[in-house]
Amino acid sequence: MSNFWSDNLPKLGQMVAAIAIFLAVLAVIFFIAGKANGKKQRPIAILVFLGPALLLVVIGLLGPAIRTLILSFKGSASHHWVGFSNYHWLFTDPSERIVLRNTVFWILFTPIITTGLGLLLAVLLDRMRRESVAKSLIFMPMAISFVGASIVWEFVYKYANTNQPQVGLMSSIAKHLGFEPPNWLLTQPLNTFLLMVVFVWSQTGFAMVILSAAIKAVPADVMEASALDGAHGWKLFRGVTFPMVRSTFIVVLATMVVSTLKLFDIVRASTGGNFGTSVLANEMYSETFIRYDAGRGAAMAIVLFLLVIPVLVYNITNLRRERAIS
Amino acid sequence: MSILNRSKAPKIAEQNAGRKLFGSRGATITVWIMAVIWTIPTFGLFATSFRPKADISSTGWWNLFLHPHLTFANYSAIFSTSTVSGIPNGIWPYIVNSFVITIPAVIFPITIATMAAYCLAWVKFRGSDIIFYGIFALQIVPIQLTLVPLLNLFRSGADSGAHIGSLTLIPGLNIAGKFAGIWVPHTMFALPLAIYLLHNFIASLPRDLMEAANVDGASHFTVFRRIVLPLSIPAIAAFTIFQFLWVWNDLLVALTFTGGTEGIDPLNNKLAGLAGTWGSHWELLTSSAFIQILVPLAVFFSLQRYFVRGLLAGSVK
Repeated sequence: MSNFWSDNLPKLGQMVAAIAIFLAVLAVIFFIAGKANGKKQRPIAILVFLGPALLLVVIGLLGPAIRTLILSFKGSASHHWVGFSNYHWLFTDPSERIVLRNTVFWILFTPIITTGLGLLLAVLLDRMRRESVAKSLIFMPMAISFVGASIVWEFVYKYANTNQPQVGLMSSIAKHLGFEPPNWLLTQPLNTFLLMVVFVWSQTGFAMVILSAAIKAVPADVMEASALDGAHGWKLFRGVTFPMVRSTFIVVLATMVVSTLKLFDIVRASTGGNFGTSVLANEMYSETFIRYDAGRGAAMAIVLFLLVIPVLVYNITNLRRERAIS
Repeated sequence: MSILNRSKAPKIAEQNAGRKLFGSRGATITVWIMAVIWTIPTFGLFATSFRPKADISSTGWWNLFLHPHLTFANYSAIFSTSTVSGIPNGIWPYIVNSFVITIPAVIFPITIATMAAYCLAWVKFRGSDIIFYGIFALQIVPIQLTLVPLLNLFRSGADSGAHIGSLTLIPGLNIAGKFAGIWVPHTMFALPLAIYLLHNFIASLPRDLMEAANVDGASHFTVFRRIVLPLSIPAIAAFTIFQFLWVWNDLLVALTFTGGTEGIDPLNNKLAGLAGTWGSHWELLTSSAFIQILVPLAVFFSLQRYFVRGLLAGSVK
């Protein structure tokens, strides 16, 4: 235990010092800026309040994004211009086409399945009298990292050779049902879909919680009136419930599209992108930090960004409309 | 207000009666079946981590119910020093690293974001709306887009920093491979969402309160400290939980910015690496994974209500 403290105390000290310095600097700036009065007070306040955030966002997000755009038109060591050849490679190379295909599969299936399951659960929860424990259990995987989730699911997908005992849940179930299990994570393109299951498992609870709140916010008299009009079950859902929560549904769907596109951890931790499971976000990392081709990696990041733009435009239009109302 | 509430009460009761008519039992059964399915994989990991090594590779974890044979050996192995290859000092250093990375990476962005959110909501100026939309838009910029240039900025020596041609805008900061090199990118990446969520909350604070303070001659700094900060605690708490889980569970930022520096690797990062190299050591992997999962689960279950409130603030509008 003495070892523990001698190893870790310096690190903890660094942390405490960093936080203390950060807060002390803020306190001093507040103190000095607070002394300003008259005409200078407003601009100084704006500078102090907004300045740090703006600086960090420009240096951390805006600047690098522009720089990545430039890098995507340069070669592997970023020394010379190569025009669109990185993009050309990305869209024509046979192995990259599998990556693009997988990315398209992910966008087509995971957001709609996750949000759809979330909506189904939200509707069912609304009809239950007591819900909390079941709801928590379904929501729980959201707190687990994708790396942890991949390890959790290894025990579902684990496969052993025919003559050995199957310790994976799915392999064992398959055996009991009387057929020989495949090596799940090596079978293409099944493995991509099995990785999607991990994402769906992790994120359905999020969709459920948000949509459940939206359903609860539907005014009671609307539901009651339609019930009196004879709307039940599916008819009530299609005619009343869904239209009332449609905008929330789309917001959740858009969030899922973005997190699907950025998805990296599940693929990296379970297959490392091998066996035909790689997606754009993972391949971008491999290209840049393992094969050291900054140009190709940058081109992938840009394609990723282009795919997100529709969601971005939709979100901003929505936000502007909301602000115009309020 | 109270009269309104009273008149609504019977309506809700009637409506619940109506809802029960169509399949309350069916709904309950379906939800519980799904809840069980959702829990089985996690439970499998939990159960495996308490089984002896020989059992793990010979029988499935569900055999635990038939032949209960539990051990703490896996946990004592990962917490002891130099018994396990790959983690000579046990997993304590990685747990500590995770906390050392996460706590500042939560405090920094929330503080800076609360300040910015107050400014954008209550100290409006020409162009403040454009800035707000710009920050909002940056929320969904893939982090991947920024990694290489940021890494250049954090390095030192030749070619580091930010340049336009031969003009050096910012020199290399020499924080790569240090804790600061992870705190800073986490702070940067968290700001857009944090500012947006906190702005929504702070903008909805009562206008009278702000105006009264201004009439009293309080400066923006006083208003921020005395009024905005205390009233924003619910929103700040919600985002704290969200950001804590995000940083604790992050892989991409850690992997990129620790650059494989052993001394600062967080647990999640180490786990992803060990998943590859510990192919046959399932007893170690499951127990380490469970430790990694335990912290966010504890946060999640104890503070679930605030967390949900935080998510709702961002998504339902």
